[in-house]
Amino acid sequence: MSQIELHGITKRFGDHRAVDRIDLAIARGGMTVFVGPSGCGKTTLLRLIAGLEDPDEGRLLIDDEDMTGTAPAQRGLAMVFQSYALYPHMTVRANIGFALKLAGMARPEIDARVERVAAMLHLTPYLDRRPAALSGGQRQRVAIGRAVVREPRAFLFDEPLSNLDAALRGRMRVELRRLQQELGTTAIYVTHDQAEAMTMADRIVVFRDGRIEQAGRPLELYHRPANRFVAGFIGSPAMNFLAGPRAATFGAAEIAIRPEDLTVAAEGWSGTVTVVEHLGAESYVHLVLEDGAPLVLRSRPGEEPANGAKLRVAPVAAKVHRFGSDGLALG
Amino acid sequence: MTVRASRHARRLGRLLVTPSVVALLAWMIVPLAMTLWFAALDYRLLDAGPARFAGLANFAALLADPGFYAAVITTLYLLALALALSVGGGLVLALLLDVAAFGRGALRVLVISPFFVMPTVAALVWKNLMMSPVSGVLAWIAQGLGLPAFDWFAHAPLVAVAIIVAWQWLPFAALIFLTALQSLDSEQREAAQLDGAGPIAMLRYLTLPHLARPAAVIVMIETLFLLSLFAEIFVTTGGGPGNATTNLAFLIYQQALQSYDVGGASAAGLVAVVLANIVAFFMVRLIGRSLTA
Ligand SMILES: Nc1ncnc2c1ncn2[C@@H]1O[C@H](COP(=O)(O)OP(=O)(O)OP(=O)(O)O)[C@@H](O)[C@H]1O
Ligand SMILES: [Mg+2]
Repeated sequence: MSQIELHGITKRFGDHRAVDRIDLAIARGGMTVFVGPSGCGKTTLLRLIAGLEDPDEGRLLIDDEDMTGTAPAQRGLAMVFQSYALYPHMTVRANIGFALKLAGMARPEIDARVERVAAMLHLTPYLDRRPAALSGGQRQRVAIGRAVVREPRAFLFDEPLSNLDAALRGRMRVELRRLQQELGTTAIYVTHDQAEAMTMADRIVVFRDGRIEQAGRPLELYHRPANRFVAGFIGSPAMNFLAGPRAATFGAAEIAIRPEDLTVAAEGWSGTVTVVEHLGAESYVHLVLEDGAPLVLRSRPGEEPANGAKLRVAPVAAKVHRFGSDGLALG
Repeated sequence: MTVRASRHARRLGRLLVTPSVVALLAWMIVPLAMTLWFAALDYRLLDAGPARFAGLANFAALLADPGFYAAVITTLYLLALALALSVGGGLVLALLLDVAAFGRGALRVLVISPFFVMPTVAALVWKNLMMSPVSGVLAWIAQGLGLPAFDWFAHAPLVAVAIIVAWQWLPFAALIFLTALQSLDSEQREAAQLDGAGPIAMLRYLTLPHLARPAAVIVMIETLFLLSLFAEIFVTTGGGPGNATTNLAFLIYQQALQSYDVGGASAAGLVAVVLANIVAFFMVRLIGRSLTA
């Protein structure tokens, strides 16, 4: 049931492999999120799928059809750019209807489809404005409308929310997810924000240096990271990593524990509280262990220790993630 | 305390700019006032007697002179022709330079070089080396094609002058367009590509609208210079044949320095200022619209 398949896709810029032998199958109708640190090749991979870049190696199948060398317009994909890339001298109406007009669709039908999409995205009052006269969130919706109106085989989103403020970003996230589910259209969504990835994805693909580190459902990645990198990347605040004798007692080169899996205990590692973050619903307590290793633990509000307090903490044994010296998770 | 200090500073500031304001005013007002005064005189350098006050007679004579209207038409026609050639040619050149894969730097230097050629030199080069029906490059090409040589300055003098002027302004237009082209957001192009736009649609819906603003600026600046075109006409046609290439600037020159009629020339000069203002008024409105749109 995969709609887009990548086989050994590679893209080099000079000697640098921005995308390195990627094999990936993207499920029909789902939201697949590409996530990874800056410069890991997410945008490049998305542009390869869109046809804006040509791969140096590998094949791309869309609906079982080889589209490796097909022109972007013929792939039936719609992309939403980070900068929105709206046409500045066209009205919102013309922006949304541009692809349909180029496709030679009749004027009344274009109008009908544009109106329908505008209503869906709450853009009806702005149809005759130009992009310069819109707020950031409205521009964003126009960019989405331009993609939706074409009824493409799949949407490609490249960090579409990164120019919005935090509150609007949270709202747009949910709205975008609902829209995609309503339409049932396959979507690939690029972000470097792991929280965004967790909330939006049916499936997350974690990238590093042009390679896939792990792919799976959000909670799968959260609870069973395949390696040290994914363990550190997914989840906020990040996992606590400990090496040395403490890891050795668990039979691993390194162990990782989420802040919520650490508890204050009578027996355990002793440390000193340095900072307490009060977030309201929960608090994060930063400790330094005797040998200087930092540790964060989550605590319920009202139960936080005071700054400078000495205490002992212990992990929930079943929740300790163990890694070998190669960084891979141990069974 | 601060209020007094700032008032003091303002007075000092005014005092300090006074000399330059006075100098600038003198520089503008004195010639203008003198022109106004001369325009009201019957002042011919060949007449022995003193200049006499003539009221509006110079203006009346000018407005009654069919040559004046011909000069106005010639001025506007030259303006339109040279603008069309240089803006159109500059656009094509810029589009070509924008896609040039290699040698863009060298090409750019080549393209800009006509701008550094003095108008008189450019006009002479065109007259004697390019458009001469006997020894010109264009005649040579025509001959090679088995066509009769075309005598530009005899049969199409206005077009010939317009071509020379347009050639000089081409680099200016091309460079401004090229800069604008390179500032066109590449993601916009890519979005259009995904929307299914081919090269023609891209040009029509993306590139040309993007260039409207620079085009307006080019038209405005060129207009300012082309309204007072003189050197090229002086060097090539001398306003002829007949008065086929006599524009307002050349008419004024003829009145003042060939007929030694200072009064008439001043009157024509004032009318030229009014005309330039009318043209500028419409240009600014036109451009203002494209700048705010
Ligand atoms: N046109 C290009 N020429 C040369 N190198 C490039 C080009 N485009 C991208 N790169 C390089 O390829 C790598 C991947 O870039 P890419 O834009 O795909 O990263 P990204 O994962 O999208 O990062 P971000 O989260 O910052 O957007 C980077 O090291 C970048 O410098
Ligand atoms: Mg990117």
